[in-house]
Amino acid sequence: MLAPSLVLFASFAYLLLLFFVAWWADKRADAQRSVIGNAWVYALSMAVYCTAWTYFGSVGRAASGGVWFLPIYLGPMLAMLLAWVVVRKMIRIAHTYRITSIADFIASRHGKSPLLAGLVTAITVVGIVPYIALQLKAIDSGYKLLTNPAGAVPGAAGPWWQDGALYAALALAGFTMVFGTRHLESRERHEGMVAAIAFESVVKLIAFVAVGIFVTWGLFGGPVDLFARVQADPQLRDLLRLAQNGHPFAYEQWFALTMLSMLSVIFLPRQFQVLVVENVDERHLKRAVWVFPAYLLAINLFVLPIALGGLLYFGGSNVGADTFVLSLPLAGGQPALALAAFVGGLSAATGMVIVETIAVSTMVCNDFVMPLLLRSGAFARQQDLSGWLLAIRRAAIVAVLLLGYLYFHLAGEAYALVSIGLISFAAVAQFAPTALGGMYWRGGTREGALAGLLAGFALWTYTLMLPSIAKSGWWHTDFIAEGLWGIALLKPEQLFGLAGLDNLTHSLFWSMLANTGLYVGVSLWRTPSANETSQALLFVDVFDRTDTARPIFWRGRAQVSDLQALARRFLGADVASRLFADYARQGGASSIGEIAADARLVQFVETQLAGAIGSASARVMVASVVEEEALDIDAVLRILDEASQLRAHSQALEQATAELRAANLRLAGLDRLKDDFMSSVTHELRTPLTSIRALTELMLDEPQMPLEQRHEFLAIVVTETERLSRLVNQVLDLAKIESGHAQWHDEAVDLIELLKQAAQTVHELLRERGAELVLDLPGQAPTLHADRDRLMQVLLNLLSNAIKFLPSSGGRIDLRLRVDEHAATVEVHDNGPGVPPDQQALIFEKFRQGGDATSRPQGTGLGLPISRQIVEHFGGTIELRTDAHQGACFAFQIPWQAPAQPTAALAVPDLSGDSA
Amino acid sequence: MTCKILIADDEPNILISLEYLMKREGFDVVVARDGQQAIDAVRRERPRLVLLDVMMPRKSGFEVCQELRADEQIKDTLVLMLTAKGRETDSAKGLGVGADAYVTKPFSTNELVRKVRSMLAGDGDGDGDGDGAA
Repeated sequence: MLAPSLVLFASFAYLLLLFFVAWWADKRADAQRSVIGNAWVYALSMAVYCTAWTYFGSVGRAASGGVWFLPIYLGPMLAMLLAWVVVRKMIRIAHTYRITSIADFIASRHGKSPLLAGLVTAITVVGIVPYIALQLKAIDSGYKLLTNPAGAVPGAAGPWWQDGALYAALALAGFTMVFGTRHLESRERHEGMVAAIAFESVVKLIAFVAVGIFVTWGLFGGPVDLFARVQADPQLRDLLRLAQNGHPFAYEQWFALTMLSMLSVIFLPRQFQVLVVENVDERHLKRAVWVFPAYLLAINLFVLPIALGGLLYFGGSNVGADTFVLSLPLAGGQPALALAAFVGGLSAATGMVIVETIAVSTMVCNDFVMPLLLRSGAFARQQDLSGWLLAIRRAAIVAVLLLGYLYFHLAGEAYALVSIGLISFAAVAQFAPTALGGMYWRGGTREGALAGLLAGFALWTYTLMLPSIAKSGWWHTDFIAEGLWGIALLKPEQLFGLAGLDNLTHSLFWSMLANTGLYVGVSLWRTPSANETSQALLFVDVFDRTDTARPIFWRGRAQVSDLQALARRFLGADVASRLFADYARQGGASSIGEIAADARLVQFVETQLAGAIGSASARVMVASVVEEEALDIDAVLRILDEASQLRAHSQALEQATAELRAANLRLAGLDRLKDDFMSSVTHELRTPLTSIRALTELMLDEPQMPLEQRHEFLAIVVTETERLSRLVNQVLDLAKIESGHAQWHDEAVDLIELLKQAAQTVHELLRERGAELVLDLPGQAPTLHADRDRLMQVLLNLLSNAIKFLPSSGGRIDLRLRVDEHAATVEVHDNGPGVPPDQQALIFEKFRQGGDATSRPQGTGLGLPISRQIVEHFGGTIELRTDAHQGACFAFQIPWQAPAQPTAALAVPDLSGDSA
Repeated sequence: MTCKILIADDEPNILISLEYLMKREGFDVVVARDGQQAIDAVRRERPRLVLLDVMMPRKSGFEVCQELRADEQIKDTLVLMLTAKGRETDSAKGLGVGADAYVTKPFSTNELVRKVRSMLAGDGDGDGDGDGAA
């Protein structure tokens, strides 16, 4: 047992910490350094799915049903597999049309119907408020368990003003008001709240795992020991099997639970809030789709060990399995761990309550209160409603939480509260047919959606909600056993004689069947109106259009000043003027006065308003200040057609622009290459000129220079002059080949004879150096059709390169010819130092010479580039063999059959006659 | 005391001509064949002035100049850059990294000598005593 003051202190300290996290995140957001622009935070905020019902209830479920706690988590994992397709589309739709709740989503899709939005809100309130009550109950009973002596029956409840749960509810209302309604924002995003929720997800995970580790290794000797003991107990052993109590495995129930949780993870108001509304970047989904399932796996890892551990530890004594998470650490003499576990449960409960309250209060405000208020004359005349809007939001938050508290207070331990988790799931599952159908099927209509939702909700109420109320003792249970008015076919848990299913699967079957059937059936019965068609197109094809090419289904006349006044009324003067200024800037208008009052502006204002008051109310308000033409189906289709054409044009324009940009880049690249080449040529020309000029000036200045010195200088001048002429020749040669102006005299060439002649040419040079050349030739070779002189140029270039790098004694060059059916390969292999690895890639580039500074031989740096051009002209390749063991080995390969005419000749058609 | 000059260029023939020229003018000449050698020679020999080629292996003249200016001990060495490229951007870059003067190849030997002398004279007027102490 713990002192109440300690538990209260810990709870308040935790809430303060939460305030701080949210406050800090809001500060960061204001400073444009958002913390929620992060996929991890997004994924963690999704874990608001795990409520106190999960935290305490999973263990309870596992203690009575073994592995039957699992479907609640398998569903979300499966849902995440589809998230990239389904949820991403929801996010895109919601962000494009500023949709801020599930009610708005369904209503907007079906012609922005206020009635539909109201119905969805009503279903949500009925289905979700008890769920909020359950969280308050979890906090309350956790607190009582920690502070009451073990085993003692909690004393009778005091008067309501002494009830801690009430103050917990009020504290949460305060938090939600501060961080949920900081300012009126047309995107309805709450950075501080999301950061706090992500933080809470971490806290509850750590606390739960800590308890799991304590139970598994602290109370027992590890998982092996724990499960061995369970196996030894015939009663507990049954919990580890799918088929239980002698019944076969209820696969239909397993399927129903999995599907139910799969839908809930998307359609529960709090899930829609964090998954869709609070999403800041669609790409965050990519990480969330594996982080969120991994989180669920982690938090479920110890559910069975804690449940089985509790059953073993407490044996037959009367300790509720729902409290094992707290009672096991307490009984094990670990009060600090018990307190941590309580804080974990607190974080699970508060996280759920906060987000759920924001989501539900947004719906209540936009879809219940606003439509009523806007109809009342006095309210409609108010000039600035933005303050009112915030006040209504805040009042709605307090109302939702107090409603939750009231339900908790009235229901207490009743069945209706304990079983509400899955009943709530079944309520929100009713949104699935209209919401999912609306995203993928153009035919859905307002009447279809209304009929489906009403039927589904009615059946849910009759087969699930009413029986749970009756079982709580608030109503006769006769109608469960005998059917309404004694008609057996109307037994709520065996409707129309359908027996053999558990009540949840049974209810889900009937409600979803009626819901989907009526949605599709009624929709098909009548053609969609123009309004429904246009919204259907905008939803179903949301990915097909960019913002600029999206059709705007509006015709009529409007005044900028009217629209501005409307925006000011609902969004406040500051926000409205900023929005209009942004709009003007984006449209290229110099001031607000120059904005054209066209369909685009009307749509812009309506979308902004939709974010603040819901799309249905926004539609009504905009319609009240503009003169609209009613659109018929033909007009809708015509607008769509125009938009498609516009899109086609803009795509063609974009493509042309891209091509132009690429061509420009290519030209700029060529220009830079030419520039670099000119700069290199300049450098290569100026260098010999520098020596020549300096040396001749020296000789001119000094008539008395010794003859020997003069000779040395003159020799250098001659060498440098030769270098200059060689350079000029080679630059011209290269330019000719590259531009395609070179003349090619192709003839039949005997390669064996050519190689012998090349060897003869360099013979004298080699002899001077004391080096040898070894010829390695085949007996015979086919003739090659090529320019003999050009091939000789390549050979001599490679040979003279090799000679330059030969060692001063024992130099050897191997000149080889290899032939096969495709090509001839010539190798020139020396035993010099070889080409260092860092130069190998550059060696064929212009003006890149091998060798280092001191040993670099004379050369222009153009020999190899020219050789490559020649070889490539004949369809061949030249390369530096990197596998040579010693020295450098250059090899070129020329095919016997030259491929189609080389590009150089094609570039200058008038010369193709010469080159043929 | 004769003034010491370092000539750094990777073209052997240019090195020969510049060495002859500067020796004829009565300077004490040291030579370097790449950028690294140039840096080492400056640290070792402490010349008053460096004739520095831009396009050199291992370290370019720009890098050498930057390194000189960053070293407290030798940052007062006079630098005359020689380049065969002669683009506007190159001379701007040379002066940007702290060269004292910039000459394009090919150059007039007499003008080069005049420039070297005037640089050394300007240096003498300025902070010659600091250099003398080294």
